[in-house]
Amino acid sequence: MTALDLVTSSAVPSTLSALRAPRPAGGSLVQQFEYGLDAPICLTWELTYACNLSCVHCLSSSGRRDPRELSTAQCESVIDELQAMQVFYVNIGGGEPTVRPDFWHLLDYAVDHQVGVKFSTNGVRITPDRARFLASSNYVDVQVSLDGATAEVNDHVRGVGSYAMARTALTNLAEAGFKDAKISVVVTRHNVGQLDDFKKLADDHGATLRLTRLRPSGRGADVWDELHPTQSQQRDLYNWLLNAGERVLTGDSFFHLAGFGESLPGLNLCGAGRVVCLIDPVGDVYACPFAIHEEFLAGNVLESGGFATVWRTSELFADLRSPQTSGACTRCQFFDSCRGGCMAAKFFTGLPLDGPDPECVQGYGESALADPDREARSSSQDHSHRTTRAGVGPVPVEIGFGIPAPSAPPVHACAENPLAGFDPLGR
Amino acid sequence: MAVPDVAVSLDEPWHLSPSVAIRPESFGALAYHFGNRRLTFLKRPELLAVVQGLDEAADVRTALANAGVPSDEWTAYVAALDSLASADMIRPRTGQDSAP
Ligand code: SF4
Ligand code: SF4
Repeated sequence: MTALDLVTSSAVPSTLSALRAPRPAGGSLVQQFEYGLDAPICLTWELTYACNLSCVHCLSSSGRRDPRELSTAQCESVIDELQAMQVFYVNIGGGEPTVRPDFWHLLDYAVDHQVGVKFSTNGVRITPDRARFLASSNYVDVQVSLDGATAEVNDHVRGVGSYAMARTALTNLAEAGFKDAKISVVVTRHNVGQLDDFKKLADDHGATLRLTRLRPSGRGADVWDELHPTQSQQRDLYNWLLNAGERVLTGDSFFHLAGFGESLPGLNLCGAGRVVCLIDPVGDVYACPFAIHEEFLAGNVLESGGFATVWRTSELFADLRSPQTSGACTRCQFFDSCRGGCMAAKFFTGLPLDGPDPECVQGYGESALADPDREARSSSQDHSHRTTRAGVGPVPVEIGFGIPAPSAPPVHACAENPLAGFDPLGR
Repeated sequence: MAVPDVAVSLDEPWHLSPSVAIRPESFGALAYHFGNRRLTFLKRPELLAVVQGLDEAADVRTALANAGVPSDEWTAYVAALDSLASADMIRPRTGQDSAP
């Protein structure tokens, strides 16, 4: 590892201020973030649409590789650019990123260019050898996806054999001495009763549990109705998260649950295009990994000016960074923390973006979903395998919540380990 | 890496931790620690100037003065530096540097 380039400032001048509504001086971090940053802090980069699995809720409808996927050299230039913009780390995903033959090279390349990597995997390539290699790097985080604490619940969503594969990967990582792997769980109607089991699994592997929200994105749109947690499960989830505190990561998944009453501290806003974005396998830049749709397409990294120009000058992002209207939500007493919830969830369920989230805990989403004129939308690309899998049917699961030890409230900033809301001067 | 168990005082020399990178933003800056993965927001440009000036200044007092921070705000800034120290963002300068 070369010495880090420490306090140098970005050489690329900001062109943001010319494009947007004037940014207020001072104010809270949430207010500052609403006006966007010079570079994202939560950048997801999907390296390939190819995947060995066909999870029914895949947010990027992955399966088959796209022939236009970025070449190794093109990926390296993206990394060079991220380094220049001081994007401190990227979340690499897919598809299954490790099936790219140059994956391990790109990992090294990023780390050597001061871009830390957290990558998501279903575990397929995490052999004992690879696990040892990963354990030797200080700047790589690994996140293994698992959507059931038992094979029955997991494989129903992720496919036969996927539970065993993920468990093997976790065992390999633990045995290689890899510190603090993440176990990433999409919370569904079927696994929401297994939260304690997931936590125990994480603890047993020296890993950290990460819970995310099922969003109706990609193939998730097809199964959202039957898999998203019920209203009463959402309340259980909220209570569980309150108790689990900082020991469980949630990204920006659950700020819509603030409507249950007690406001959740942390960064409560949709970061799409402001602090969050996605680079997809062909280099397209979207406002958020859950918003792969033309309406949220800001540009492509192969255009002249590259990613920095897309991030800093796209009209779409300028719009997302200007004050938004929130319709009926502005009259809700929980608006300050919930802010109307997730833009992608609204979009793909066909709800207006300036209204309540489909899972609004005040129940306004349900009535909006009942609108007979509502038209759900689907992602503008589909790389699913052409084979079909058995449909999703009910899975018997006992619902039961233990009593997690009380602790601090959940973390919400998209960045997963920030001093969220850190305010050194108390203003 | 050991997190220094000391409070920041005006008379001591401090510097930025060797694993930290800083990205200026219009509200101040983001500071990222590649070791403990902590992302910290410096919410005022003046705090950024103080942090960046620590290395050259003989002590914290000088860094604050150089950054033009009015003396009635020094207590608040020292408290901010304290919380940066507890996240290993800045370290006391001890003479021999412990860069990795
Ligand atoms: S659209 Fe939803 S998932 Fe994307 S940044 Fe906004 S809240 Fe998060
Ligand atoms: S009405 Fe809007 S702000 Fe209030 S809880 Fe529902 S989604 Fe959130």
